[in-house]
Amino acid sequence: MATASAAVRRDWLVGYTMVAPVVLGSLAFVVLPLGMVVWYSLHEWNVLANTFTFVGAENYQRMASDPGLGDALLATVWFSIGLVVVNIALALLLAVLLNQKLPGTTTFRTFFFSPVVVSLVAWTIVWSFLLQADGGINGFLSVLGAEGPNWLRHPTTAMIAVVIVQVFKNVGLNMILFLAALQGVPEELQEAARLDGAGAWRRFRSITLPLISPTILLVSIITIVGSLEVFAQIDVLTGGGPGNSTTVLVYYLYQQAFRFNEFGYASALAVLLFLIVLVLTLLQWQSRKRWVFHEV
Amino acid sequence: MSVHHIRNRRTAGTAAVLGTALALSACAGGTDAPVGEPETPSEPVDLRMTVWTADETQLDLFQSIADAYVAENPELVSSVKFETIPFEDYTTALTTQLAGGNAPDLAWIFESNAPEFVSSGALVDLRPVLEGTEGYAFDDLVPSALTLWEDGDGLYAYPFSNSPFAMFVNTDQIEAAGQPNPVDLVADGGWTFDAARDIAAATAEKSGKQGLVVRDFDYQSWENLATVWSGWKAAPWSADGTQCTFTDPAMVDAMTWFHDAVFTDAAMPAPGTTADFFAGDAAMTITQISRASALDDSFQWDIVPLPEGPAGKQNVVGQAGVGVFAAGEHPDVAADFLAYFTNAENAEQLAAYFPPPRQSLLNGESLAAANPKLTSEQLEAVVVQGVEDAVTKPAHKNFAKLSETVRAELDALWVEDADVEAVLTDTCAAVTPLLED
Repeated sequence: MATASAAVRRDWLVGYTMVAPVVLGSLAFVVLPLGMVVWYSLHEWNVLANTFTFVGAENYQRMASDPGLGDALLATVWFSIGLVVVNIALALLLAVLLNQKLPGTTTFRTFFFSPVVVSLVAWTIVWSFLLQADGGINGFLSVLGAEGPNWLRHPTTAMIAVVIVQVFKNVGLNMILFLAALQGVPEELQEAARLDGAGAWRRFRSITLPLISPTILLVSIITIVGSLEVFAQIDVLTGGGPGNSTTVLVYYLYQQAFRFNEFGYASALAVLLFLIVLVLTLLQWQSRKRWVFHEV
Repeated sequence: MSVHHIRNRRTAGTAAVLGTALALSACAGGTDAPVGEPETPSEPVDLRMTVWTADETQLDLFQSIADAYVAENPELVSSVKFETIPFEDYTTALTTQLAGGNAPDLAWIFESNAPEFVSSGALVDLRPVLEGTEGYAFDDLVPSALTLWEDGDGLYAYPFSNSPFAMFVNTDQIEAAGQPNPVDLVADGGWTFDAARDIAAATAEKSGKQGLVVRDFDYQSWENLATVWSGWKAAPWSADGTQCTFTDPAMVDAMTWFHDAVFTDAAMPAPGTTADFFAGDAAMTITQISRASALDDSFQWDIVPLPEGPAGKQNVVGQAGVGVFAAGEHPDVAADFLAYFTNAENAEQLAAYFPPPRQSLLNGESLAAANPKLTSEQLEAVVVQGVEDAVTKPAHKNFAKLSETVRAELDALWVEDADVEAVLTDTCAAVTPLLED
């Protein structure tokens, strides 16, 4: 009995020692900052004047009458929709193409994945040169006889440019996830369907898509949450402009805190962003039963 | 890796990034009480001063002055460190340091942010220490140079640089295009913005490079256009900072001129095109004379005053102040160092790059002694006369928000078919609430 209890105690000790780093890390770097952000959001905090005054829900009430926030949310929606649709569609297409047993596929897989490991800021700076009025993209277009727009100076093309730069940066990661899922689709199911006379599209729709649906869910969540966190690309490429066309929520939050010294209001915006991410993720998680194969 | 796992990690990541960004608590307590003679600390202290220059010659000069101070006051300081923060993000990085409870002891401050910093209580009053320092000759400081940095009787920063804006010209390119030399036009009284535009357009066409660059504007930092619109006697807001004046006829005319110079005459680089005069990419540039240090001998150049506009000639100076943070650890020692750093003797050395606000040093001869790249005639014409009756770039207590709002509104102006008057009307509509704040 004594031996058993000692063993239990040892297990207990080993177990808690193992989880201690992650628990302590989460407490220090996730839970505590989250709590502090909520606390700051209830204050007016002017760094220059060194004032920190409790204002209750004032920062939250201010959101309702802040036209800049409406514009930022709209820009965020456009950015997220553009990014999610283009990224997932392109990643799936590339994965399907590179899932063929053809020579050279490994080279192409490496090619499309390589931007993922490039420094984000370096990647964006290179694109900022390419996207200039007299940059590489328009130079290429002029060789083809077309005249490209001044990409980063018009609201619509600036948003398109930011989305495309982000898609090319991360599409490789999603492609690899889709590739792994595609390779897990049993060949015998495809074979059976083929014998039943199903064409390529029918097999893709009725066998491949349902079987990779857990990965589609995973990729959707990563991409949507990622789209809400975009900052460096906006800062480097457009600075939120032209006008406020690419001022997405995170960039707006940054402006409020670090440019306008409105740390209290920025904290309230951070809480709003947190809630948006939470709600979107929960919605997706709840909806999985309807369309994710493993959950049926 | 499970979906659950990823979701948790991503959410945690979001929270951590946002949390840590805002969780840097400010614990420093400041006071705007004046500082006096520093008490000898129990141990010599380390001072830190943030600057936006990365020019090694300038930093070496600062360091040599600082080292001399350390040698003279070993009981007070053990070191003075100059920390460069890039120009573009300077104020943001500075306020982030303040928010994080990591205030530098001393900092350079842009003139645009002067009212905000001065009125905030973040800086200590330097007047007592500067007036009280033996041999400082406070009365030698030009009163008009101090105005921006004063609040009541207090002086919250020392305007260490009063650098007039002037036009640098690449005489090689201009001559190759067969255009008149701006120096001759200055002598003849024909040096106007229209003449500058015509020379720039013709030179750019010939060289295949750019014409006239308003340096640091880049279709973002619109306040740098003050060097142009001042020729029309235009301003973005009234002197008391309460009324928007973007829609005044003078401003509409000035902005129309600028817009046409870019889009009709191709005399200036279009949005999205970068051109560095000092690398030989452009025929002329409007910038401060403190940038002369960036010139090498790769091309022939000259420097002339700002051109005349329809409302005559208006000098514009770019000021920069240096202040001592109340939230710093050793404000009294920092103020004592500042009094040493900017005394008459050191101001003369600093004049090589930063025209000082000292009457005794504002003459071509003194400045030329410190400025090997410029002749005393050039300095007399550009600096000494340039500081007289000069205006500064726009400044306001609410400048951070105004700057961003005006930038966003003016973006609509930087397209070929822009309606200048309509854009400026929208700009006023957007900034009026901020001016009234």
